Amino acid sequence: MNRRTAILLAGFLLLATVPLFAALFGQPFYVDLFRRVMIFAIAALSLNLILGYGGMVSFGHAAYLGVGAYAVGVLAHYGVHNGYLQWALAIAASALVALVIGAVSIRTSGIYFIMITLAFTQMLYYLGISIEEFGGDDGMRLEVKSQFSGLIDLNNGNAFYYLVLAILVLVALLGHRLVNSRFGMVIRAARSNEARTRAIGFSPYPYRLAAFVIAGAVCGLAGALLVNHTAYLTPEFMNWTRSGELMFMVILGGMATTAGPVLGALALLLVEDALSGWTQHWQIILGPLLVLSVLFFRRGLAGLLFGKDE
Amino acid sequence: MNKPLLEVRGLTKSFGALLASDSVDLEVREGETHAVIGPNGAGKTTLIAQLAGNLRPDKGRVRFAGEDVTALSAPARSRRGFARSFQITSIYSEFTALENVMLAVQAHTGHSFRFWRPAREEAALRSPAHAILEEVGLGERSDVLAANLAHGEQRALEIATALATRPRLMLLDEPVAGMGAEETRRMIAFLSTLKGHKTIILVEHDMDAVFSLADRISVLVYGRIIATGTPQEIRANAEVRRAYLGEEVQA
Repeated sequence: MNRRTAILLAGFLLLATVPLFAALFGQPFYVDLFRRVMIFAIAALSLNLILGYGGMVSFGHAAYLGVGAYAVGVLAHYGVHNGYLQWALAIAASALVALVIGAVSIRTSGIYFIMITLAFTQMLYYLGISIEEFGGDDGMRLEVKSQFSGLIDLNNGNAFYYLVLAILVLVALLGHRLVNSRFGMVIRAARSNEARTRAIGFSPYPYRLAAFVIAGAVCGLAGALLVNHTAYLTPEFMNWTRSGELMFMVILGGMATTAGPVLGALALLLVEDALSGWTQHWQIILGPLLVLSVLFFRRGLAGLLFGKDE
Repeated sequence: MNKPLLEVRGLTKSFGALLASDSVDLEVREGETHAVIGPNGAGKTTLIAQLAGNLRPDKGRVRFAGEDVTALSAPARSRRGFARSFQITSIYSEFTALENVMLAVQAHTGHSFRFWRPAREEAALRSPAHAILEEVGLGERSDVLAANLAHGEQRALEIATALATRPRLMLLDEPVAGMGAEETRRMIAFLSTLKGHKTIILVEHDMDAVFSLADRISVLVYGRIIATGTPQEIRANAEVRRAYLGEEVQA
């Protein structure tokens, strides 16, 4: 086991102790906070697949958070509380949306790609606002959390916490395998040098599209977790600022690394939490912090922690 | 005489008023090293780009092994046996030399919608890639990041990448560009080992390379091929001497 794996493992173990310490110090709020961090870490990991490894600067990744959340919320609205069904729909619907958005946007590159992904997401955002049945721009409450027929009760804060942790570890592990597989090598190669990749016989398009759909599906799952976590949903889940936050998590944490998106989510949400307790104008402080970190930590927080090997 | 492997007819490409390829006809036989020479701006790289499928011609046809490949993309041509090296070195600078070559092997061995097994550990990719790196003299350098290789080594890596696709036709765009004398000598020596069993189109300014490697030479001037022949015939051709070769041949 190398140093990087050891640090990663230690990190996940630390996350596992959060509910114990929260109980010890009588601060259940921290279970909530870290569950939120981990849900965003899952979303950021999925974005990292296409942004970090695939070089696709998707400025609309929050779309899948929203689609996943709405899939759960809408089913619950019509009285379907079966979690398996809800989460399967969340994953399938966000994969489908990613397929459509990806099929169009991956034909472009650079600034056009950024604008098209942003435009699609804004369309979904305004769609969310316009549907009165689902609360319009107020959104709606999730009265009953996803039901897993006695297997796990999401109303139990700690149980829900460990479920999210398990999913995070699984997503990190699968992601790590994926980016080093044949498939992963092709999308990384296409990012590194597209002309060379085409010259040796790969058409990057189908690989990029597949990566885009996988990323969307995983982020849809994060959306399903998020709506259960907050117990309500609003179109704000899909706002472009949310997409920006996910990008910041990936860039701040370290693009194209396994630990980076997790560290980025941790840092961004903890700093946000600390600053917002202190002043309501916390974004004025967070902004420059982000600029500085991008300027000075080229390889992100993961680069600081692991040195050059990641 | 057997049918040519590559048959180009009336290839024409213009950029605005500039006629970069002016009804180019070219035949390259199986196993031949065919050099394309010409002054700067003659349209050599434009020609290579059209042959490799990176650029669509305005008019004309490209036939390869009897098949019309004019409309095929670069990846599709690669799968039929085209391999290209670029005038400006084109490698994966963030991957090691070995990974660079393994990717080229991967593109031609099985499919790549495989998500679980680490590609780095696949023997079916590693061993052929290793063998090719040995062949081009980079055996000792296989774990070095391509970005950290010397210029000449990067050029050799690009040739290795092309070879790893097991090509039937190699399009080499100035393989010794920017190399020192010793590196150039080594590259020429290596390319001469390919002679006979690989079909090569060689675009090159270095006349030592051209005259020691080429079986036949085509001379491109202002997008037109003004002469094709053996090195002796090209040396003796009055029009070629006037248009291009000048003193270099007499020296």
